[in-house]
Amino acid sequence: MATTHSQRLGRWVLAPSLAVLSGWAFVPLVIAIYFSFLRYNLQSDNTGWIGLNNFYYFFTDPYFLKNLINTVLLVSFTLATTVIGGVFLALLLDQPFWGRGVVRILMISPFFIMPTVSSLVWKNLIMHPVFGLFAAIQTYFGVLQPLDWFASAPLLSVTIIVSWQWLPYATLILLTALQSLDEEQKDASEMDGAGPIAYFRYIVLPHLARPIAVVVLIETIFLLNIFAEIKVTSAGGFAGNLTYLVFSDLNDSNDIGEAAAGGLVAVVLANLISYFLVRVVGKNLEA
Amino acid sequence: MNRLKTSILGAFAFAAMAGTALAEDVTLTIATVNNGDMIRMQKLTDDFSSLNPGIKLNWVTLEENDLRQKVTKDITTKGGQYDVLTIGMYETPIWGAKGWLVELKGLDDPQDILPAVSGGLSANGKLYAAPFYGESSFVMYRKDLMEKAGLKMSDAPTWDEIIAAAAKMTDRANGVNGICLRGKAGWGENMAFIGSMANSFGARWFDEQWKPQFDTQEWKDTLNTYLKVMKDYGPQGASGNGFSENLALFQSGKCGMWADATAAASFVIDPKASKVADQVGFTIAPDKGLGKRANWLWAWALAVPAGSKKVDAAQKFIGWATSKHYAELVASKEGWANVPPGTRTSLYANPEYAKVPFAKMTLNSMNAADPAHPTVKPVPYVGVQFASIPEFAGIGTKVGELFSAALAGQISADDALKQAQSYTTAEMTKAGYIK
Amino acid sequence: MARKQPVVRTLFVTVLAWIVGLIMFFPIFWTAVAALKTESDAYTLPLNWLSTPWTLENFGIVQDRSNYALYIRNTVVIAFLSTILGLCFAVPAAWSMAFAPVKEPSISWSGKRWLATIFLTAFVVGLGLYALNWDLTNRAALGLGALIITTVPLTLWVFSRNTTDALLWMLSTKMMPPAGALIPIYLIFTRNGLVFKDWGWIDLTEWNLMDSFWGMVPLMMLLNLPIIIWMLFTYFKEIPDEILEASRMDGASLWNEITKILLPMAVPGIVSTCLLNLILAWNEAFWSLNLTNRYAAPLSFMISEYSSPEGQFWAKLSAASLMAIVPILIIGWFSQRQLVRGLTFGAVK
Repeated sequence: MATTHSQRLGRWVLAPSLAVLSGWAFVPLVIAIYFSFLRYNLQSDNTGWIGLNNFYYFFTDPYFLKNLINTVLLVSFTLATTVIGGVFLALLLDQPFWGRGVVRILMISPFFIMPTVSSLVWKNLIMHPVFGLFAAIQTYFGVLQPLDWFASAPLLSVTIIVSWQWLPYATLILLTALQSLDEEQKDASEMDGAGPIAYFRYIVLPHLARPIAVVVLIETIFLLNIFAEIKVTSAGGFAGNLTYLVFSDLNDSNDIGEAAAGGLVAVVLANLISYFLVRVVGKNLEA
Repeated sequence: MNRLKTSILGAFAFAAMAGTALAEDVTLTIATVNNGDMIRMQKLTDDFSSLNPGIKLNWVTLEENDLRQKVTKDITTKGGQYDVLTIGMYETPIWGAKGWLVELKGLDDPQDILPAVSGGLSANGKLYAAPFYGESSFVMYRKDLMEKAGLKMSDAPTWDEIIAAAAKMTDRANGVNGICLRGKAGWGENMAFIGSMANSFGARWFDEQWKPQFDTQEWKDTLNTYLKVMKDYGPQGASGNGFSENLALFQSGKCGMWADATAAASFVIDPKASKVADQVGFTIAPDKGLGKRANWLWAWALAVPAGSKKVDAAQKFIGWATSKHYAELVASKEGWANVPPGTRTSLYANPEYAKVPFAKMTLNSMNAADPAHPTVKPVPYVGVQFASIPEFAGIGTKVGELFSAALAGQISADDALKQAQSYTTAEMTKAGYIK
Repeated sequence: MARKQPVVRTLFVTVLAWIVGLIMFFPIFWTAVAALKTESDAYTLPLNWLSTPWTLENFGIVQDRSNYALYIRNTVVIAFLSTILGLCFAVPAAWSMAFAPVKEPSISWSGKRWLATIFLTAFVVGLGLYALNWDLTNRAALGLGALIITTVPLTLWVFSRNTTDALLWMLSTKMMPPAGALIPIYLIFTRNGLVFKDWGWIDLTEWNLMDSFWGMVPLMMLLNLPIIIWMLFTYFKEIPDEILEASRMDGASLWNEITKILLPMAVPGIVSTCLLNLILAWNEAFWSLNLTNRYAAPLSFMISEYSSPEGQFWAKLSAASLMAIVPILIIGWFSQRQLVRGLTFGAVK
């Protein structure tokens, strides 16, 4: 067991990390709280206190509700696609077949691509309504007016791009978890005469519960703050999320006050979600 | 542990030094937009260096929106990252009046600058930014398609004529759209076009009491016409098309007409990039008989931020980049068609330049725009396709997003206008214009 | 005991898996094809990607136009230095959490205690400002004072948590929407922000964090520090206490215990931590786009220049994209197995 000596030392060596992370978390937060009470447009300077008006204008912005819904939809659609798809792909890749190593490499690749790059490539080379690959396929089948992805289904288009990036992540983790399911269990279940569905339902799924929880937690952290995919594809007006709304208050309107207020709202919402997630998943992480 | 930290700090210092070479000379950091004319200038800077040894140039090339956001943040927080800024007609009067820019001296023949342009780049009678190139908007059309449709483009078309021509030229089975217009959201993108179109329909952004006007019949007519034309004769994916997307479409022969910046002209007649180079005609932007045409006025200009310690070198550079000498330099290297257009009267008096097919029409278009009186009814603001107030950038972007959503068919035109009205009213109330 | 499968089934799985794999990889392949075509051919790619000529010219154009060498150097410098700096913070922290965990919070915070802490901090800050002879009507001084008075009690609260809470709190800092912190960070980075002033004994007015490695490296380190600590923590957890105790019995000092026993055992863990951090730092976009311009601008910044230039640009865009992703893609391929643990904070091994 740890001695009091190392206990005391432990506190000291942990301190630098906690100090820099506290600074990183709290300093911008406090400054943002201060700004959120100011009437402060960058181009006309700080023109005094405005009370809670920044929050009022942020909540009554017609985009607020829409972007809030978009945020929830984007996160839940992507989670559903990647988790369900990930389970299927993990089961598939867990089977013995020829060229497993290569297929694994092909599968995992999208995860390493910069979000800016994947957005530009999908938007231009693949989903473009005139020159894109999807349009070419539709034209080949005789469709005169190919689907304009980012105009007709902007949220779906962004979801597709984001899912493409995160599906490999879910697959890789679930596959690793599957491989730790020991052979004996597999064999035992076979000897019991359990069919593949029962095997999946009673052996595999319980085994995957924990990795799935982890995937949900980590993906939520990243998906709540999806930004590059929306900014680069110019889908912000249709499929913007809260992060994008704050960004646009800041960069298009130069409205520091309202951006700060919006940022705080986003912080509160993210913490609400993370509170539950971390409580539920945190236990799993520790065990 | 201490030694470790020292050596790490040392490694940092080394890395940081590697990034910023120590130089005796003055180094100017210039923020520019990544369009063709600016990139051409970067290639021609040897000429400047040979005239001004001791001034080094350091380019920061950015996409238009990024440039605007970065430069605005830098100047308003007095960050001092740039010595020369590329800004437009919207920012210059606001920032000049705030005292954030240095009044420009030592320019090459400032009287020669087109009056509409220098007026738009001044505040309180002082010139705060020197125009690098200026543009208005006009209509580019395909002569071969017009002929095939049995039509002739008039020198002063009305909207009815344009729409009729678009209807006749549209041939979607062969990939030809009658007309291509901007649809991508942004106050410098779709709102530049729709804003100037609205001027020709008699609409305005604000009345004399700064009350937003989106609930008026004029705006309704503007938006409905725009949406109908785009739906019936426009290209697929129009709500994502900005200047560059439309340029690519027109160059590849998919548009019968294209109403956009006069600066596009040199690209569409460039045989290396354009399939339709020898078939392009130009005419002035259409009107509706109300006395205002649907053409905007814009200039990318170079300015020096107040507080800069390199004002002299920066002014020297701006003087060079906006001089007649620079125009001749480009002409000798790349031909007259590629000279930055729209800034100087003398350029249009030059008989060599008059041979360029779009020269006359560009000048006519620029002269037809009047930033001080942009609309049929009186307005309290300056600016043709924008209003020169700090809040406009945000309002223009949001309204642009709404109109773009209407074009994509996600909301109706009435909803778009209703939301635009309520959003703009809220912003103007918050900013204190509406009491 | 390996199970035997009928060949037909293996064949079926093989075909299916390859189809899925190729579909997932296809966009990357397609980018590579477009990068090897001329500009006008790239626009009709689906129709003629086999019949049109191949070319390498786009890579040269990208280097000419945006100086790729500069951006990749910046990316490598930021990614590597931030990883090294992160390890300096994370190794001691993870050691402490794994081998000297705190079971109970050391202070329970009541309202009275909060008030007392705030007043005490305010008092100390006031004394400090007085001792430095600062003009109390100066807005910057007041702002800095108010900032310290609010953040110090919060930091103390974090310090007093037990280990599990501290770990979860670190994770929650990753939830902070970056847009909310942008302007404060921006103001801190520009030299006339709230912090860097002429402080009497040290003049920082000329010192600018914006667009420099001095700003980007610590920032990138902070972004990824929670992940590094978590990951190292899970590796350290696996090393049995008994080994360390045995060495302690032999009279090894703590320093020796850490450098001679713990670190060598943890090398594989540290290496995979570094790899994950490299990948995350390489692909970071939000802060890089907002806080750099040229001197310290990484590859994600270069790509954004290609988001809307004039005219046709797809081949150039594809070439630039390929140049930006290939190095990290290869690193990713080689380290995929090690990454799983880092990507799940150690919950899946």
